[in-house]
Amino acid sequence: MLIIPCPHCGPRPELEFRYGGQAHIARPVDPSPLSDEEWASFLYSRDNERGIHAERWRHIHGCARFFNVVRDTTTDQILASYKTGEFRPEAV
Amino acid sequence: MLSDIVETTAIDADGVRLETLPAFGRLNFRGRAGAVAAMSEAFGLALPEASCRAAIAGSRAALWLGPDEWLLLMLPTETDAVIAAAASALAGLPHSLVDISERQYALGLSGRLAATVLAGGNPLDFDLSTFPVGMCTRTIMGKAELAIWRTEPDRFHIEVWRSFAPYIRGFLREHMREFGA
Amino acid sequence: MPDSLAPNLSVAAVNEPFRTRSGGRIDRAKPLSFSFDGQTYSGVAGDTLASALLAHGVHLMGRSFKYHRPRGVMTAGSDEPNALVTVSRDAGRTAPNLRATQVELYEGLSAISQNRFPSLQFDVGGINDHFAALLPAGFYYKTFMWPRSFWDRVYEPVIRASAGLGKVPTAPDPDRYLQRNAHCEVLVIGAGPAGLTAALAAAESGLRVILCDEQSELGGSLLADTTSMIAGKPARVWLTETLAELATFSNVTLLPRTTGFGYYPHNHVGLVERVTDHLASPDSAQPRERMWQVRAKEVVLATGAFERPLTFPENDRPGIMLADAATTFVNRYGVKPGKRAVIAAANDSGYRAALALAEAGVEIAMIADLRRNPSGSGYDAARRAGLSIETGKTIAGTSGKMRVDGASIASVGEDGKVWNTQDIGCDLLLMAGGWTPTLHLYSQSLSKLKWDDAIQAYVPGAVAASQALRAAGAASGAYGLDAALSTGFKAGAEAAVAAGGDGVTTRVFVTISAEADASTFLGAMPHNRDANRVRAFVDFQNDSTAKDLKLAVREGFRSVEHAKRYTTTGMATDQGKTSNMPMLGVMAQAQGKTIPEIGFTTFRPPFTPTTFGNFAGAARGDLFDPIRRTAIHHWAEGQGAVFEDVGQWKRARYFPRQGEDMHAAVARECKAVRSALGIFDASTLGKIEVVGPDAAEFMNRMYINPWTKLGVGRCRYGVMLREDGFVYDDGVVGRIAEDRFHVTTTTGGAASVLNMMEDYLQTEWPGLNVWLTSATEQWAVIALQGPKAREVLAPFVEGIDLSPAAFPHMAIAEGRICGVKTRLFRVSFTGELGFEINVPPSAARRVWEALYAEGRKHSITPYGTETMHVLRAEKGFIIVGQETDGTATPDDVGLTWAIGKAKKDFVGKRSLARPGMTDPKRKQLVGLLSVDNRTVLEEGAQIVADPKQPKPMTVLGHVTSSYMSAALGHPIALALVEAGRSRMGETLQVLVPGKGSVAVKLVSPVFYDAEGASLDAV
Repeated sequence: MLIIPCPHCGPRPELEFRYGGQAHIARPVDPSPLSDEEWASFLYSRDNERGIHAERWRHIHGCARFFNVVRDTTTDQILASYKTGEFRPEAV
Repeated sequence: MLSDIVETTAIDADGVRLETLPAFGRLNFRGRAGAVAAMSEAFGLALPEASCRAAIAGSRAALWLGPDEWLLLMLPTETDAVIAAAASALAGLPHSLVDISERQYALGLSGRLAATVLAGGNPLDFDLSTFPVGMCTRTIMGKAELAIWRTEPDRFHIEVWRSFAPYIRGFLREHMREFGA
Repeated sequence: MPDSLAPNLSVAAVNEPFRTRSGGRIDRAKPLSFSFDGQTYSGVAGDTLASALLAHGVHLMGRSFKYHRPRGVMTAGSDEPNALVTVSRDAGRTAPNLRATQVELYEGLSAISQNRFPSLQFDVGGINDHFAALLPAGFYYKTFMWPRSFWDRVYEPVIRASAGLGKVPTAPDPDRYLQRNAHCEVLVIGAGPAGLTAALAAAESGLRVILCDEQSELGGSLLADTTSMIAGKPARVWLTETLAELATFSNVTLLPRTTGFGYYPHNHVGLVERVTDHLASPDSAQPRERMWQVRAKEVVLATGAFERPLTFPENDRPGIMLADAATTFVNRYGVKPGKRAVIAAANDSGYRAALALAEAGVEIAMIADLRRNPSGSGYDAARRAGLSIETGKTIAGTSGKMRVDGASIASVGEDGKVWNTQDIGCDLLLMAGGWTPTLHLYSQSLSKLKWDDAIQAYVPGAVAASQALRAAGAASGAYGLDAALSTGFKAGAEAAVAAGGDGVTTRVFVTISAEADASTFLGAMPHNRDANRVRAFVDFQNDSTAKDLKLAVREGFRSVEHAKRYTTTGMATDQGKTSNMPMLGVMAQAQGKTIPEIGFTTFRPPFTPTTFGNFAGAARGDLFDPIRRTAIHHWAEGQGAVFEDVGQWKRARYFPRQGEDMHAAVARECKAVRSALGIFDASTLGKIEVVGPDAAEFMNRMYINPWTKLGVGRCRYGVMLREDGFVYDDGVVGRIAEDRFHVTTTTGGAASVLNMMEDYLQTEWPGLNVWLTSATEQWAVIALQGPKAREVLAPFVEGIDLSPAAFPHMAIAEGRICGVKTRLFRVSFTGELGFEINVPPSAARRVWEALYAEGRKHSITPYGTETMHVLRAEKGFIIVGQETDGTATPDDVGLTWAIGKAKKDFVGKRSLARPGMTDPKRKQLVGLLSVDNRTVLEEGAQIVADPKQPKPMTVLGHVTSSYMSAALGHPIALALVEAGRSRMGETLQVLVPGKGSVAVKLVSPVFYDAEGASLDAV
């Protein structure tokens, strides 16, 4: 069970969180002009990193906020945690 | 009535007691900075800005549950008046105020073994240095969500959704049995 | 601790021929009686099952897994591969595969051996041993391959019947299991000398320390150490004083009988504490076991080392055990494991064992050392004591059946040549093969192990990222008491500093103790016998031999991971504790490589077998999962309702009267609603209050429907899609105010719909001024449905004009009912005049009973979810999850009308324009009527055009809902059928497995009152 640093509440046990998939995939502001391929890519294409991965978590049994985490999927080391809407720290 | 769904008698063990707390008025308040100030004014109590902290004044308490979310506790008889006061104080300020008095109810867990009993199903560290008096948070107990607020070193106020109350009560009782419950 | 030095000639001692007269940590004044395989024996307090049996000269404690060879106890601890027993208090309290070396004796304990039939002495399965030549490595893979048809009928049943160790209990386990989360700065696993000093150092920092050990007493090797001096005191005195000192620290938790079984990410360590297994009459208030889920800032592994067996022919007979185990049996348990011993030594521990045995009166026939020039403090002492020592000797074989009765000792030259075999009689043969640091947990943490050539062992390497641990003492490769004490204290102090502590003092522990010795021998010992005929066991529990491993290498299994699986070496319940290093040794030997060249296998949790109860904890029975009940539940129960599970909720399914089955009850309930009045508990519907100036805009984006123009006081049926365009949820939404919507969801979708809404709101549209609050449990919902609904409801309502003009279909208003607040919806999921009365749950039962009493004059009928399903199906209303399955578009289920055509965007809109989503051949919702007018179709049944077509058939669709309609007098069904709307009037076939098919006619999905006349019944 991981310890996940919530940007609002601090480090908390994984049981309080729900995974939210890859981070930084913004919904197109206007989806209508997108080609079918572009839209399908937005819907379905996700990285499957072996290594450093930016992903979303929700502190669902806590402050209920979505936020972002940069995690090494091979070691579970968490390199950064930041609020939704913030940029991924350059160092990681 | 509460007894429609859950037993309300207190459970005693050596060093820990689980009881049903009296009814509260409860409001879920959501809003941004300006609205928070106005709500504090209307409620007569500054809503805590620090995460996971509660503030108390008289019969009222405000629990920080999220960066724009507070649980306001009051006497049941005060709820309508607070809603009315907020309506005028917050006019024009975007916010949400929802009456959740009946959505959940409160359990009290107290005694020198209270934190030990909570640790049976909750992974937080209840050491006073990491979970001091005045700290409150939503979290999990076994398979149900609840909010835990430490009101004294050996006393916890637990908020739980109504239909999960029998489970939480049963779960805590199971962990009190070895202490004589 | 009872450590009486005075001879104590109790009755027990007289009856136990192999019990020493004095010494050990047992209490001879407390005799216990127990049974093994039905025979009664005596033991004393402080014994394990193994030590008590050895006190009676009983070595034979089990049969091996594959060859059913007789096996005796080989170790004195958790590494025991042979002596697996089932301990039983009753049919439910039966634990198989316990190691007799870890089972603490209590009065009345009842244990049986395993893997034998009919008895341990005479075992039919032992015939496998005579056919060993036919059961080589990979036997299963090679043999049970053909003919294919033999798998189901012959091979699998036979393999299944003979597979598995121990038997599953026949009754439910009545014991309780609990878990506890614990937090500490320093967790020390293992309470031998290194663990004790680590805990002392950490304790002095004032930080929270947990010290656990799998044994019944803390002390590790000190429990069997009768010769060492620490700080001028005998080791046992130092141990007693150190434990007393640790007990004075309020920041230290001491946990004996507690095994660290698993090391998980972020320093999360699982411990299992055996709370009552050692008690004759456990207190039922106590859990049998407690799983400690420890989150430690720093972990010190002081897990010691396991002694290595030696790989020589017939090294598995009862009476052959590890040297240090013999020392432990004599010194700790006061038991002589034999009368005449031969010691096969490659390490000084063999000499120490010989000295301990000799002192207890065991004859030492010979110490046969493989080394040509041994040295060490044990060796020196043994020479001084005049024990028979021979060097440059190997063991070429052993004899004996149920017990070893002799060893063949031969000279071995530097070239490996073996000659001059000499048979020596003995009833005890000890193996001192050197040491393996116990690094299972270290490896589980994903930290690296590295090969240390000097001690011929893997030792701790780089610590895994996101973990914080260190090893000390023998686990770190630092052998000997001196090193254990000093490296333990250092590790404890460093861990405390790393965890944020300070003020650590240094301590020096002066000892008089045996020299550390890392001598070892890995690989098959040389012998002069036919290599194709002898068996030298490597994995005693899984019966894999040096020959098997060599065969695997010859057959091309070069990777240690492959050879392990092919030969099953290290895969038994002992997880290779004794077999892992010997396996690597034999494989390296066979490939002519060094051990680090051939690699290493991964250790996985648990360290020792761990009960399921331990993992389940309190989650069983009523606490398995939350059971959610509504405010009306007990009333319904009183009416004899039959409940069904909907998610975690209990919902009344139907209310049978005397003699009614479900069909009769549902038919009666349906008729009552259509003809007069029904009352239904809809409290479990999800409710979300959407509040804020941008509430309508948010609803526009989340739902397919248009919301901007929905008037305050009005409701609309809303449909929500996922972004992929498929129907996700539906429900009625009421506008309470310009900036406030009361959204309802399906019962099962409440939490996930709120999560999806929060996801979009927080991450895509954070600028919207709108907030979401779950109100599911703020309101209980009473549905009053039927022509008499208004008439019965009206007298109780204040502040709302219920007249059809003022409060039409799809209206909502706030007011009071029976004196409490209500949000009153005029909605209908039945097609009849209907109201959904939202009231505070605390008042719900009172309101319900008031309405029920008033409704009695119209035969008001409580109905359940089954009737609700029939009534809505008659109207062609879908249920999300029944008509939809995550691949249905709004158009598929006839909901195109609900889409706000003018809206530029909403969740899922773009996906609806993808080519596959507009294909006219998609499955569409239709009604089905059985042509015979009486067959109720199977839900889920497949629909085809021609049931006689060859398989695989072309399937056109499936039945989604099917009921007998009381109102119509015939069955009805809903179905999804390819291009269904263009097939109206066609006849298709619904397959009935084993019975052919039923002809059905495709019709509109609205079966009842298509004009909606009933909604406005007066």
